[in-house]
Amino acid sequence: MALVSATKEPARRAPRAAGRTGRDGRAADHGAWFLVLPALIPILVLSVGPLLYGIGLAFTDSQSGRTEPTQWTGVLNFQDLLHDTLFWDSFRIGLLWAVGVTVPQFLLALGLALLLNENLRFRWLARALAIVPWAMPEVVVGIMWRLVYNPDAGILNETLRDLGLGDGRDWLSGLGTALPAVIVVGVWAGMPQTTVALLAGLQNTPRELHEAAAMDGAGAWRRFRTVTWPALRPVALAITSLNLIWNFNSFALVYVLTNGGPGGRTRLPMLFAYEEAFRYGQFGYAAAMGCVMVAVISIVLAVFLVGRLRGDEES
Amino acid sequence: MRTSSKARAGQYAALLAYLVFLAFPLLWLISTAFKPPRELASLHPTWIPKDPTLANFRQAFDEQPLLHAALNSLVAALGAAVVAVLIATPMAYVMARHRTLLARAATGWVVVSQAFPFVLVIIPLFLVLKNLRLINSVPGLIMVYVVWALPFALWMLVGYVRAVPVELEEAAAVDGAGRLRTLVSVTAPLLAPGIVATALFAFISAWNEFFFALVLLKTPEKQTLPVVLTHFIGAEGVADLGPLAAAAFLATLPSLVVFALIQKRITGGMLAGAVKS
Repeated sequence: MALVSATKEPARRAPRAAGRTGRDGRAADHGAWFLVLPALIPILVLSVGPLLYGIGLAFTDSQSGRTEPTQWTGVLNFQDLLHDTLFWDSFRIGLLWAVGVTVPQFLLALGLALLLNENLRFRWLARALAIVPWAMPEVVVGIMWRLVYNPDAGILNETLRDLGLGDGRDWLSGLGTALPAVIVVGVWAGMPQTTVALLAGLQNTPRELHEAAAMDGAGAWRRFRTVTWPALRPVALAITSLNLIWNFNSFALVYVLTNGGPGGRTRLPMLFAYEEAFRYGQFGYAAAMGCVMVAVISIVLAVFLVGRLRGDEES
Repeated sequence: MRTSSKARAGQYAALLAYLVFLAFPLLWLISTAFKPPRELASLHPTWIPKDPTLANFRQAFDEQPLLHAALNSLVAALGAAVVAVLIATPMAYVMARHRTLLARAATGWVVVSQAFPFVLVIIPLFLVLKNLRLINSVPGLIMVYVVWALPFALWMLVGYVRAVPVELEEAAAVDGAGRLRTLVSVTAPLLAPGIVATALFAFISAWNEFFFALVLLKTPEKQTLPVVLTHFIGAEGVADLGPLAAAAFLATLPSLVVFALIQKRITGGMLAGAVKS
């Protein structure tokens, strides 16, 4: 969440800390280590360590509650994964979900950010509301939308009935409707971060440029294409790649909404790996799934980095 | 810039559409929480409860150990927020002020850690915490939350440190203040609001967190609020809607209040660090 704006390394050179190169230069460097250690140790022990351990586990037959010792099995888990159609189904669903959420979310958030950047009445209300989904626990968001989608007592079907649009249906249980239904929730839940990031990007673009373009007779669309978008592009690229990654890795929302059902139609990779690890105890196999997910995510990151480099060249 | 009245009308229409989309699920949750069973069973649900009641809240507390779960959540979130900020602030200072290899590696870790699928980290953590007998314990969960909160805590704090002019620190050094003295009496007070905002944000994130809590906490008396909420949804997905809505509504209130308080600081803090480079 915090990386909304990881667009550019600050160009400003890090200023010299007081006395760093002065007479107590050595002491200052020791000081730096002393300041870093309290965070560095937990990072190494509880984050970097487990990550490497997890990658290692992917090459073993580690299982929970087994008495015989864990064996190295090399790439066996990966070979099994290759033939695990259920995993590839979930993988495909994960990609569909990630793109299906990220793209509409971006477009909607862009629209909202542009509106919030205008001098409109009730803007404060929209701003406040636009933040709400961010503050809510994902579990509550899931529960809330279950209430909305509820086939009998839900407001969605009632509204559709009122509008004369059919008799409504059980959205979360329908084979064809479940994935679109959870995607709508994903879009709703992730709107705030995207909107806030884009709004900040907009507020960073100089107003004078807009005014100059308007004076030259450029219409709204042209102003957007020639002034707004180029300035917004780095933020847009960063938030979109992060959203793709976060959505691909998401868990709680869909766990609460459908728990992967019906018939696995919404079983995201994380749900699949969770079941494999903590219901069936297949730690090694689930770790291998995690590794495959990391590989895919690395591709997204690489695309983002290439895009960023190209953007830098253009500007 | 002048905008034609037609365009303005379009803008207001769009704004209204956004307001409806953003608000209606929340309003529905609140409405459901206050409805008596008769209205919940009605085939034509109404927006506003005709006969509002608090019975759902009472029933929610009867059905699940909500108070206990809220207490667990509070301990986990407070512990995570305090520890995370205590250890992140000095490190963020170094990351903002120094260009050492370490500072750059830390920045790299902050970025890369956003991309981990948690399952790859939670399996080894589960094994390690099991060996340390810290499974099904709130302290074990706090340890996990601290590291999980560190990337964004560092990110926010680095932004806040950069906003403190170095000149102030240099002036203090010229006046003969030692390094530690400068940090404590010059930098820290200026950072205080940013540190509080970061702590509150870490608090909310931990209060809302679900996946780690689901994996690490096994018995109901140790579980946090989000995990206990899922118990309202039965095995077949059948739920008692009223109490479910009531409990969900209550679980959101603390985050909404805290978020309302620090909303500006969060967004500002996150973006100050990087966008305005």
